[in-house]
Amino acid sequence: MEGDLAHIGAGLAAIGSGAAAIGVGNVAGNYLAGALRNPSAAASQTATLFIGIAFAEALGIFAFLVSLLLMFAV
Amino acid sequence: MATEADGHSEGGLVFHPMDQFIVKPLFGDGAVGMFTFTNVALWLVLAVICVIALMVLGTSKRATVPTRTQSVAELAYGFIYKMVEDVTGKDAVKYFPYIFTLFLFILFSNFLALIPMSFSPTSHIAVTAVLGFGVFIAVTILGFVKNGASFLSLFWVSSAPLALRPVLAIIEIISYFVRPVSHSIRLAGNIMAGHAVLKVFAGFAAITAVAPLAIFGIIGIYALEVLVSFIQAYVFTILTCVYLKDALHPHH
Repeated sequence: MEGDLAHIGAGLAAIGSGAAAIGVGNVAGNYLAGALRNPSAAASQTATLFIGIAFAEALGIFAFLVSLLLMFAV
Repeated sequence: MATEADGHSEGGLVFHPMDQFIVKPLFGDGAVGMFTFTNVALWLVLAVICVIALMVLGTSKRATVPTRTQSVAELAYGFIYKMVEDVTGKDAVKYFPYIFTLFLFILFSNFLALIPMSFSPTSHIAVTAVLGFGVFIAVTILGFVKNGASFLSLFWVSSAPLALRPVLAIIEIISYFVRPVSHSIRLAGNIMAGHAVLKVFAGFAAITAVAPLAIFGIIGIYALEVLVSFIQAYVFTILTCVYLKDALHPHH
């Protein structure tokens, strides 16, 4: 695997997954904090939790996509 | 261990972790054309057979005391039915068969892909894009059929100040058209990344010094992958429900 600027770019784009991890962690952590304060309301909000995680994760997936494009399409 | 240096040792591993995703014809080794029966097609067909088997075998007896197959079928049915009702609303129940089919198909594709030496069709963006764009096109057409031109009020956020609304409309339109992309790549990306990680750990297992560690790693990652398989099927289905809700009730 010879060094190439596209590979460096792909590596830099992978930082975006870390940013998405912060987002997903925020969603899940805040859900847990809320759920421990009011456990009776927690079950009704799991769907919202997953939707929130999915949206936060979507942006990490775009970073992953950029990374893939740089690796295989450039 | 002994099969090193057959052209794939570039990453320092015995085999390349992305080799498992190569699409090849099942019979012979010609080029992959439009109607070639490939390994992707095989595992897609197996997933469909599993879905049919679960629902037909599970519901054929209709016993009062359910067997194991029947209770799994009933559990899946009830789970998705409740989700459609909660997220999309009572009037969306007639779209339940489509959503339930999507869920079971993705779930079984993901689970079958966890069998060692199998192939994961949902790791291919080509497969998930068809599912994602299918939902997107269906939902968009449905929105216009059900609401006519007032479906466009989805992009006109009436709760925002008037000056902000054109800006928000542009953002809403962009986010609407990005939906099928993120919808499909989320599934493909998660499954592909998970399987690549498994193969990377499998490559470490060939190195004697770290082999025990790598094997525990594989067990851990595999357990995580079982969870991810389910969660991604669930997320795909729940997002379908959310998009469907936007189409049926576009008014914020």
